[in-house]
Amino acid sequence: MLVIRRDLVDAMVAHARRDHPDEACGQIAGPEGSDRPERIIEMENAERSPTFYRFDAAEQLKVYREMQANDEEAVVIYHSHTATEAYPSRTDIKFANEPQAHYVLVSTRDPIEYELRSYRIVDGVVTEEPVKIIES
Amino acid sequence: MAVTVSIPTILRTHTGGEKSVSAAGTTLAEVIDDLENNHGGLKARLVKEGALHRFVNVYVNDEDVRFSGGLEAAVKDGDNVTILPAVAGG
Repeated sequence: MLVIRRDLVDAMVAHARRDHPDEACGQIAGPEGSDRPERIIEMENAERSPTFYRFDAAEQLKVYREMQANDEEAVVIYHSHTATEAYPSRTDIKFANEPQAHYVLVSTRDPIEYELRSYRIVDGVVTEEPVKIIES
Repeated sequence: MAVTVSIPTILRTHTGGEKSVSAAGTTLAEVIDDLENNHGGLKARLVKEGALHRFVNVYVNDEDVRFSGGLEAAVKDGDNVTILPAVAGG
């Protein structure tokens, strides 16, 4: 289960809406081993594409160093789907390299209602998990 | 010529769980060959058909090697090599 504060959910959805129709991507850092997302980091989608995303490599290194210095890790890795449901695509599964992370998908295909779902992706196996939102 | 190589979580099965390991070489290719000698299986995760995998980022200090020669990128004593899998999808 992903337990996450309301303001972090709102921030992911706002980021996804802002970058629509391109995919938005980012991560939420938290204390190492805590499984508690705390600090949202909107990442540049180097692909600037409605069907693909990739963290900008230089920014990824910078953020990785920051997280190491703070004893943080990526608790959530999120991205948006702008024309399809919030379910991992074949490429999402292929490139999922963080077995400890919650992979959050936000769909912005409906202009009013968003869809947000969370998954574990380990060795190519997708497992959906409940999302518990804490009102903040 | 010893360098420190930071290993991402997903590849630590090859290093017995170590987050960073030491390796030798004057180019990235030599460093990867040396890594392979001590931590078998790593090379195949990084290199395919004589080039770095497209979805693995390798940095020498702060430089993305994609812009500094790829496998031929020079490394010198004391450098830090960081390996980060690309975060990508569709």
